[in-house]
Parts: sequence; structure tokens; C-alpha cells
Amino acid sequence: CGFSNAVVQILRMHGVDDYKYHNVLDDQHIRQGIKSYSDWPTIPQVYMNGEFVGGCDILLQMHREGDLIEKLNEIGIRSALLDKDDNEVTN
Amino acid sequence: MSTPNGYGFRSIIVSRRKIDLYLDTLRRSFSMMNSVETSIRNKLREHFKPLYLDVMNESNMHNVPKGSETHFKVVLVSDLFNSKTLLQRHRMVNELLVNELNGPIHALSIQAKTPQQWEDSKHITKSPPCLGGSGK
Repeated sequence: CGFSNAVVQILRMHGVDDYKYHNVLDDQHIRQGIKSYSDWPTIPQVYMNGEFVGGCDILLQMHREGDLIEKLNEIGIRSALLDKDDNEVTN
Repeated sequence: MSTPNGYGFRSIIVSRRKIDLYLDTLRRSFSMMNSVETSIRNKLREHFKPLYLDVMNESNMHNVPKGSETHFKVVLVSDLFNSKTLLQRHRMVNELLVNELNGPIHALSIQAKTPQQWEDSKHITKSPPCLGGSGK
């Protein structure tokens, strides 16, 4: 799915590659269940520390506005983009 | 009812009611051709009274039959989004379109902005390319 791939790419940009993922296409019960659980009608769904954060659009907007760096920081993850910015300043 | 007039032509008198019925059928036929898109647009317009609204059928960008109404992008600018988080804004739209989302819509991309955000930037993010999906 292009939307799921976009989420993966965004996380990768922030240096986040250690996360759990579930391919809901493998199991229709999970596919439907996760929509009921979050009361959210579409996939992908991103959870951080068990909290539903949003889908592709929200993650993309958070990334563009710098809010994703902050959100990752809240759960103890330092975004790679911060280090990238530091490197660009010092070089 | 048709009667020959003085020039030998038959005048066809059609009642106003029949004309209205015909036009109504035409209108419904056209709206049914994009029924999901029309439904989305009408509901969003009525509820959000948007400063800006665009509803785009992006189904042709995905692995679905031609003419499908399954993948949509909505750009919506409304005062109702003031002081609402992104999650809250999307939930407002999702709730309004619950029937469509439980029905024909497979994917709904939402860009929900306040008038101030729209003033600051009219940038609309392009939807990511389809990677094949499940073929449904």
C-alpha cells in the first residue's frame, strides 16, 4: 500500500526502524478489529506507546510541521533529523 | 397531445410537469454517475461551511477498475477546525462520512486546515503512489 509505504519512509527519515508492524491484509479479523478498536476507518494506523497517533496524512503533516520530532521525543526517541540538522550547522 | 396547427405542423404540447420530471431524471442520472463523490462533497459543504473544499476521486491512481469511486482525497478548510487537533479534525470528517467509509470508500486522504493555516500555506500534499494494494 502506498500510504503504508509513505509512513515507513517518514519513520525511516527520522531514524526509526525498530518498530512492530502487522500486515492486516493477512488477517481480515485484525483488519476489521483494529478499525473498531481505534474507531478509525482506514489503514495504516500508527500507534506510539499504545496511543493511536493517526494515519498517513496525520503523520505526514506532523513530519512537515516538526511535530513528529516532538512526539518521538515524548516516547524517548531522538529523531535522526535533529542530528542531521546539527551536522549541517557544524560543517 | 398533438394537434395540427394552421401550417400543417403538429404541435406537441408537453406539460410543464413532464418537463420538470424529465429534467429531474437527467439531474439524478448525472449525479449518480459520481454518486459517492457528490455525496461526500454535499455532506462536507453542508456541515463545515468550508472556506475551501476540494473532493478528488483518486481511484484511477490505484489498482481498481476504471470508473471506481473507492479512493478519495479531500482538502477542507473550515473555521470548525480552529483549536482542534489533527486527530479531532479527521474524526469529524470520518464521522460525517461514516456511511461512505463503511461502504464504497477504501481510502480517504484528508487535509484539514483552519482558515489561518490555509492563508499561511495553500500547499496540498500529493498522495503517495499506489504500490499495487490487494487488488480490491
